[in-house]
Amino acid sequence: MKTNEQITGSEALIRALIKEGVDTIFGYPGGAIIPVFDALLDHLDTINHILVRHEQGATHAAQGFARASGKTGVCLVTGGPGATNTLTGIADAMLDSTPIVVIAGQIATDFIGTDAFQEVDFTCVTQPICKWSYQISRPDEIAWAVARAFFIARSGRPGPVVLSFTKNAQVGMTEYVTEKVDFIRSYDDDPEIDITRIREAAAAINAAKRPFVLAGQGIELGGAQEEFRKFVEKGGLPFGCTLLGLSVMPSSHPLNKGMLGMHGNYCNNVKTNECDVLIAVGMRFDDRVTGNLATYARQAKVIHLDIDQSEIGKNVAVDIPVLGNCRKTLALLTERLVAADRSEWVDSFGKYQDEEYERVVRRELYPGSGPLNMGEVVNAVSEATGHRAILVTDVGQNQMMAARYFRFSEKRSIITSGGMGTMGYAIPAGIGASIACPDRTVCVFMGDGGLQMTVQEFGTIMEHRIPVKMILLNNNYLGNVRQWQQLFYDRRYSFTHLANPDFQTLASSYDIPSRRVIDRADLQDAVKEMLDTDGPFLLEACVAEEGNVMPMTPPGQSIDNMLMEC
Amino acid sequence: MEDTTLYTIIVHSENFSGILNQVAAVFTRLQVNIESLNVSASSMKNVHKFTISCKTTAKNIEKILKQINKKLDVINASCYTDDEIFQSEIAMFKISTDEFQNWDNTSRLLRGYNTHIVEVTPEYLIVELAGSSEAINSLYEELDRIGCVRQFVRSGKVAVTASRLEPVSELLSKREERYRNKV
Repeated sequence: MKTNEQITGSEALIRALIKEGVDTIFGYPGGAIIPVFDALLDHLDTINHILVRHEQGATHAAQGFARASGKTGVCLVTGGPGATNTLTGIADAMLDSTPIVVIAGQIATDFIGTDAFQEVDFTCVTQPICKWSYQISRPDEIAWAVARAFFIARSGRPGPVVLSFTKNAQVGMTEYVTEKVDFIRSYDDDPEIDITRIREAAAAINAAKRPFVLAGQGIELGGAQEEFRKFVEKGGLPFGCTLLGLSVMPSSHPLNKGMLGMHGNYCNNVKTNECDVLIAVGMRFDDRVTGNLATYARQAKVIHLDIDQSEIGKNVAVDIPVLGNCRKTLALLTERLVAADRSEWVDSFGKYQDEEYERVVRRELYPGSGPLNMGEVVNAVSEATGHRAILVTDVGQNQMMAARYFRFSEKRSIITSGGMGTMGYAIPAGIGASIACPDRTVCVFMGDGGLQMTVQEFGTIMEHRIPVKMILLNNNYLGNVRQWQQLFYDRRYSFTHLANPDFQTLASSYDIPSRRVIDRADLQDAVKEMLDTDGPFLLEACVAEEGNVMPMTPPGQSIDNMLMEC
Repeated sequence: MEDTTLYTIIVHSENFSGILNQVAAVFTRLQVNIESLNVSASSMKNVHKFTISCKTTAKNIEKILKQINKKLDVINASCYTDDEIFQSEIAMFKISTDEFQNWDNTSRLLRGYNTHIVEVTPEYLIVELAGSSEAINSLYEELDRIGCVRQFVRSGKVAVTASRLEPVSELLSKREERYRNKV
């Protein structure tokens, strides 16, 4: 639609974002993006801008927003250091298939190539770690570039897109004409489904005596939670979840056997190597899930449902590849399944669940005496929220303990850095999740190491009164590395002990109420106080310094070869 | 060391800036050297064709193809071994006239290789040879033995597949048709 109205490129960018449905931006201004921030002031009735305290925080907040809402997260930052500060978040979003669009200022095209102030070749730097990176050099490219960016970020296997926005394109005048992009000939966002493969897969599942399903984040990304439920229920198919797939179905569902992998539930890793048909849905056989590939599910016929062709056969040889959006492929498969009762097979998981409970879970959750355990804190918070909260975690022991002991009843409820394992992810991601879902409780678990990597976002929480419930599992160690040092490096604790600040004082300087718990007897009351407090809260749980996440498959070992104690 | 094979990868992409960089980065990531590279316009409008040869393992070539195919503006990438394609490259030899004339069977040597003489001056002649890598290597060695090669240059390899059609045009029309049906 032509209007003949001449507007600046910055105004055009904001209008193009609004056209894509953007209502929230996480950003930080700087010299190379001032014109866009100026235009933003005229649109605050439509766009809520959250001023973060560091650009890395903007990317993780956008990730948390995207993961909780299913929408595309947006960051707006300046060029040079502002842009390079987003790299960790971009790489994280790429590995975890999170749709975000990062818009970074860039110096004027005339200056590019002269090593001008804050010049970084951001397009070139980001190309290997994002889905698409493009430099907008003229104002008349804006509508097309933004439309293309959002289409790419949210379609197919979602991921991050980067737009470098040159100063001359920001200030130049253009006649804004809206653009729509829903087709790119070089990019297959919705692969055609091969019905022969669906038939083969259905026949293999129908003939299976011991089928086992691996549920990944692809189910959440494809909005296929309901299709997945029908699929497993009709076939009587037990399933384990990847870290990112933990909330695809309620934790309480009888077919849901918990987490897969290195710190997952023992039964799942044993059954992976016992099943006759292994059905992977929207997951990518990460090494933390498979352990040693040479001994992984060698006995099983493998069926892999995925939207990304490059994932099929990447790590594990696949017998029946089913390419396509799993929302469609699962429905087609379910139609062809013979309803089956496999309760004997499902019940056979119980033996290993019982063993894990006796040897690991009981002592983690109900130790009776001694210092607090990480697991019992997670359990207390999950129970107090009725298992309905959104879980956000940092990386390390806090992440694995939260993943093991937090329970879920709603979809899109786990937000964690899975592929990249980015410490410092939790606080900003929690901010994003809380803004995306203001009606839900957001519980953010972190360790004393990770908290200090993005602690400046306490300022964002303070300014916007973001009601995140932060739980610090403080063991004065970089606990996960310390655990590896204990188990595999003869207890040589090389630089993993932390001298920490007083976290309560730190929180209070940001006007965030807090409470420290040392004694088990105070735990429930402290959790209640946290949840009853309006707005943000920091609960510092002083946990056993040398607590370990068990069970554990040692690196390089067969996945079912789990240590129960150490 | 695992066995390596010489593969020829043919990539079709959109004609946007920065794609060569993205394709090359895939090789850097896996520490595979590109032996030869040619990029040019293809028979299709706005579609560029890369012909890349590299020596690597079967495992790596699979990763390379997956990663290249994943690039958004890449339409298609596939790989071939020597028996699946017809390939050619061009070499130019700048030959010193004096030394060359002192050799007995010079013209027979050049004719034997089916060369084409581009330029003759009192000091040098320029000879062009289009053909297989082996033929070019072999002519270079013979001339080098005479000691008459003043300059030598060879192009990247180009290749066409033994299969019937350009499969990329079929792929593109199929995708466009699917999109039209959906809309």
